[in-house]
Amino acid sequence: MSMELDVFVGNTTIIDEEVYQLWLDGHSVSDAVRMRLESDALSECEASGEVLHSDTMDQYRTFQMCERLLHCPSKLANQLLFQIPAHRQAMLIERYYEFDHTFAREVLGKKLSKGTKKDLDDISLKTGVALKSCRRQFDNFKRVFKVVEELKGPLVENVQHHFLLSDSLARDYAAVVFFANSRFETGKRKLQYLSFQDFAFCAGQLISYWTVGAVDNMMEDMDVDLEKEFLHDLKDLKVLVNDKDMLDQHKSLVCYQLKGKIKAFSEMEANFKNLSRALINIASKLTNTKDVRDLFIDLVEKFIEPCRSDKWTVGDLTLFLTHYTSTAHTLEMFRFQILWERYMGVIKSCILKMYHD
Amino acid sequence: MPGKLKAKIVAGRHLPVMDRASDLTDAFVEVKFGNTTFKTDVYPKSLNPQWNSEWFKFEVDDEDLQDEPLQITVLDHDTYSANDAIGKVYIDIDPLLSSEAATVISGWFPIYDTIHGIRGEINVLVKVELFNDLNRFRQSSCGVKFFCTTSIPRCYRAVMVHGFVEELVVNEDPEYQWIDRIRTPRASNEARQRLISLMSGELQRKIGLKVLEMGGNAVVGYLQCFDLEGESGLVVRAIGTACTLDKLSNTYTPATAINPCNSSPSKDIKEAGFGEEAPGVPLSSGPPTPLRAQTFSSFSPSKSYSRQSSSSDTELSLTPKTGMGSGGSAGKEAGPLKALLRQQTQTALEQREFPFFTLTSFPPGFLLHVGGVVSARSVKLLDRIHNPALGNTRSYKLLDWNSFTADEPETRDAWWEEIRQEIKSHAKALGCHAVVGYSESTSICEEVCILSASGTAAILSSRFMQDSALDTEHRLSRQQASVFTSGAEKGEGDMGSTASLGFEDLMSPGCAFCHIPYDELNMPFPAQLTYCHCCRRYKVPDVLFTTIDLPTEANVTGKGCLIQARLCRTKKKAQGEGNATAISNLLPFLEYELHTQLMNKLKLRSMNALFGLRIQISVGENMLLGLASATGVYLTALPSPGGIQIAGKTPSDITYEQHISNMQKKINDTIAKNKELYEINPPDLVEEVIGSPIPEPRQRSRLFRSHSESSDEVSELDLSHGKKDAFVLEIDDTDAVEDIHSLLTDAPTPPGFYSCNTEIMPGIYNWTSALQMFTSVRVFRLSNVNLTNQGLNKVFNDLCENLLKSLYFKLRSMVPCCLCHVNFTVAVPEDELIQVAVTAVAMSFDKDQTQENGRQSIDKNLMKAITENEDQLQFPLELSAESSSNPLNSAKGLSEVSGPLPSARAPSVDYSSFTDRCSSWIEQLRLKAHTIRCGSIKTMSSLEKASPLPEGRSRSLRSNRSYAGSSVTVVKMTPLSFIPGTKIIKYLGIINMFFIRETTSLREEGGVSGFLHSFIAEVFAMVRAHVAALGGNAVVSYNMKECVFMENPNKNQAQCLINVSGDAVIFVRESELEATPPQPHSASAQTSSSGEGT
Repeated sequence: MSMELDVFVGNTTIIDEEVYQLWLDGHSVSDAVRMRLESDALSECEASGEVLHSDTMDQYRTFQMCERLLHCPSKLANQLLFQIPAHRQAMLIERYYEFDHTFAREVLGKKLSKGTKKDLDDISLKTGVALKSCRRQFDNFKRVFKVVEELKGPLVENVQHHFLLSDSLARDYAAVVFFANSRFETGKRKLQYLSFQDFAFCAGQLISYWTVGAVDNMMEDMDVDLEKEFLHDLKDLKVLVNDKDMLDQHKSLVCYQLKGKIKAFSEMEANFKNLSRALINIASKLTNTKDVRDLFIDLVEKFIEPCRSDKWTVGDLTLFLTHYTSTAHTLEMFRFQILWERYMGVIKSCILKMYHD
Repeated sequence: MPGKLKAKIVAGRHLPVMDRASDLTDAFVEVKFGNTTFKTDVYPKSLNPQWNSEWFKFEVDDEDLQDEPLQITVLDHDTYSANDAIGKVYIDIDPLLSSEAATVISGWFPIYDTIHGIRGEINVLVKVELFNDLNRFRQSSCGVKFFCTTSIPRCYRAVMVHGFVEELVVNEDPEYQWIDRIRTPRASNEARQRLISLMSGELQRKIGLKVLEMGGNAVVGYLQCFDLEGESGLVVRAIGTACTLDKLSNTYTPATAINPCNSSPSKDIKEAGFGEEAPGVPLSSGPPTPLRAQTFSSFSPSKSYSRQSSSSDTELSLTPKTGMGSGGSAGKEAGPLKALLRQQTQTALEQREFPFFTLTSFPPGFLLHVGGVVSARSVKLLDRIHNPALGNTRSYKLLDWNSFTADEPETRDAWWEEIRQEIKSHAKALGCHAVVGYSESTSICEEVCILSASGTAAILSSRFMQDSALDTEHRLSRQQASVFTSGAEKGEGDMGSTASLGFEDLMSPGCAFCHIPYDELNMPFPAQLTYCHCCRRYKVPDVLFTTIDLPTEANVTGKGCLIQARLCRTKKKAQGEGNATAISNLLPFLEYELHTQLMNKLKLRSMNALFGLRIQISVGENMLLGLASATGVYLTALPSPGGIQIAGKTPSDITYEQHISNMQKKINDTIAKNKELYEINPPDLVEEVIGSPIPEPRQRSRLFRSHSESSDEVSELDLSHGKKDAFVLEIDDTDAVEDIHSLLTDAPTPPGFYSCNTEIMPGIYNWTSALQMFTSVRVFRLSNVNLTNQGLNKVFNDLCENLLKSLYFKLRSMVPCCLCHVNFTVAVPEDELIQVAVTAVAMSFDKDQTQENGRQSIDKNLMKAITENEDQLQFPLELSAESSSNPLNSAKGLSEVSGPLPSARAPSVDYSSFTDRCSSWIEQLRLKAHTIRCGSIKTMSSLEKASPLPEGRSRSLRSNRSYAGSSVTVVKMTPLSFIPGTKIIKYLGIINMFFIRETTSLREEGGVSGFLHSFIAEVFAMVRAHVAALGGNAVVSYNMKECVFMENPNKNQAQCLINVSGDAVIFVRESELEATPPQPHSASAQTSSSGEGT
């Protein structure tokens, strides 16, 4: 004897947020029922396993039917099949597109292709995120990427407009898209200590200051790619290290400013030329796509690690970078003030974000 | 000849990809009406085509306008192969044919395909230009309004209620035509959908014609059903109540503006139509009097309306058992009304062929007395004999359609005719001249068909029923009014001559309908009569079963609850006539047990009346299912029910005794618990039991292990529960033990929940406007074929109980809430399958009873105020009763009424003195009503501003309404005739839709559950889209009349048919209306009552 069929359909679609989360997390119906039975929230309802099973099945079915619509969130608002109040629609969409940062960290900078999709079981094992959930998140990345890749205008707004996401979530997606597009190297061992949030912040900086859309807020601007011209111009900064006078002058200005203010002063003084050379070299190499991809590993290897080994504090680093940037303006022979500012602004905030254990 | 239909195809969206290569679609649209077809251009390579077509014009007869739907087909253009259909939209244009309904249909419709479901949407504009046709012989009935609502629609006033209309049409089912073997499932489904749409249109038109002929302009309580008789065809039948309705121009503000009564007690005629008649009503409310006879004799036979065949029909002397001589049929009658063929000579409504009313609630003053439930069933054989020339009288079915279609409806008609005659005779036996809350249904299994009809025998006031009656009544009441000038005038002046608070209501507020309509000395069935606990003048039965809604004026103690009796009976598989005989032999037992169960459960809840009783009997190959649902309440007027007493059979055994006493304790505990749960604390009244006039032979108790009418025996056994008579359950075998167990296993509703199957729940007044309509379907497979009756019963009972439990769980976020209009339907789709479908609405209410919300509740409060005043009134009455030694004769009025009235003058003296008192408490009441009103407005405004609702939940429910930013109109759906906290300002027309969905990839669609889930969601979506296109924002009186599900998992196939109906309406929030300043003092009583009338 068995229940052959069991459905419940409301005129207003009933959505249980708790079950929705279980579904999104990739739990099977029986797992979900077990977890609901164990949770305290429902103990007052005295719901039996049978009732919960029926309810969970209904909810899962509803979500499966909604999923098609969630792939194109704007459809959800003007579809006729499910009558869902606007605020619930927003909740459905936001939750559907939310992702695990540990998962995103693994995928970050990888090509969103079938090849990567095959690796999802490994990622699932490594991160502890259920494979089903990994697939959903990966497909979300891919879908968002595909839609905004070719779109003009600000990346975050494009994501927000097409997928009706909250501002913060849209920014995270922008980061994912940006990394996937430029294929930044994030998987190296030395970069493992960096979290998704670190990278997302850096991506935000790059999008805001280094892309075409950053300087020129015209509609036809592309936000996904770094500005070629700017990268090319960065070669000009070489003068700061190639011109020995300028390098010395720069060093003395910085030392003058920092004397007594930072603990690692002597180390800084000894290492100034190396550090400055590292930052300028990174800048000058950015014309090569390969080197652009290595931006973060370069920053870590060439700059962050030496500082760390010298036990710089974050305060030291902040002061150093601030004065390193500002004193360059006082150099008489230095003519690339705007370029310098644009470059160092982003580098400074990225380094500061990345400078932790 | 007159009518021009215009349609314009604007755009499409979300179309499916039809061309795999380009991932796009080249869509165009065919618009078809009758035999004319237009096409739009192809809009290439788009999933969101913008056709923006010209206006396609169809010049058609209005007859066709009524019958035919507008058919819109979306196709994908293909250069090389045939064009692929994407899907269709059928638009019923009937709402455009009535001047008062919608004027244009415009909106997005889901494009529906019977195989793929909804595939995108299409934006369509439809208009109709109608020319007036005064041809007397016309075949169309444009302009007659149809309502599914089983009460007078809220923005109308009933000028007259003409009575019963019925019609049926028959056709061959396309699914069973030979051509079905070679055409695709899609073609077959579409043929069926189209045919049913056509038949519905035709049926509606024919009923409309009857209404026009009767002089009406509307059909209320329209119920249309399909009988899928398989190979023998397809029957579409409908019943309804013809009325003449008047639109209330604007019921709210003008009511205060007119306010004629305030200035002077003399009334202008047009306003006072009903108010003036009111004094006449109580005169006809008592037992038969000369006056009453006079009133009723005014019904002219000319109005008897039905087919001519009635004249040659069997006479009323026909007994129910012999009624259906053919096809192994048997008539069986419900519960206490057994063997009640005592002919009473009441002239009343009987000249009308069928004095039936499909209404379940009535304009105030219309329903006078209620007798009880009457029902009739008959088992018929859908004959398969493929020989029209056989000459066999039993061959109802003649397969040669072309030559015999004309005969076909006649046989079906004759079947129903028999049933109706039987119902009529039952009603008559109950001393009633009318049947209200009338409905008909069928259950078909293979070639056996059970036809059922049920209703509530009642006595109605004539004042809505006939022109002539109206006049007579009018004159009478004028005379009457002049007789007791002083008192009546004052009373009426104060009352403001409104219909809702007529004189009758004041005479015996909320108890009159309980008074027995039959003759006490000549009772149709044994029952225990007592004096009414409200007015103490008339007699009332100990329990009352009805199929109608609880009258708004009824005095109810505590709250009500859903009561269900469930029963399963195995049956041997059989064929043809043998099968029919077997079924008809089983039916009486089934009904009897259902009745016993209902009675037990009612007593267990300490209640004494059932409303909205609906007994469904469903037949399968090897079992019969019976499900009775009703709402139990405690009517203050009726005596308090006794407890349930268990009597063992072998009292010598000590352990057995103990067992019994344990059980007894459990039962007593349950009763006590229920009393608390439903807040039943009736005022303690000294009872004068009159005793059953028909002494029951004691032997009867041996025959039935439990019996419902055992009053005399009880007194002998002295098993009385308190002072009341107890209800004895005798345990003499395991069956009885089982019964008691099952009685006690009904899980109580979880805290915060109430449930009922009527429109409203007595005792709950402050609804919020949060509501959730839902449909739930379950199919259970019995794998164990050799189940006993007991086993089956348990399975079926658990199925229903678990379903309810699940519903409560799902809707837990709405607590405190009430499931209203819980409508269960059971079916046996296959050998070992039981299908249960529920449609209901969950409505939240404010726990705090003092917080009023909307006028609905104020109305109720007014009623409460009346009852409160009534209670106060009771006191002096009782005093007077006690002061004299003989309570029966103490009150002069009582003796006067119970004896034959010598003249109309005698009671009038009595009444006038009564009126004096009445008018004084009307004054009181008015003041009270006013304070309530003001108070409520205050709370309302504070609600709007500060939103004092503490929980986030209620706030979220609130915001759920407030969003209007979405491009899709929110359409509310409810099986009730109203939406709390709102006012319906316009009825846009009837929604009557039939859909078929089929799949050949069942697994891929998520199995049977996935398939049905999406189908039901699609049906809701299509209903909402049609309502929105008509300009509406809600469907009221929504009903899923049919849900036939068939599956073949081995072939990965399933098919489902769903038929839904309802009334499309526009509502506005009360809060928006209340924005107008509070009403002037004097108008308060009147406005609220006029609200009641709408």
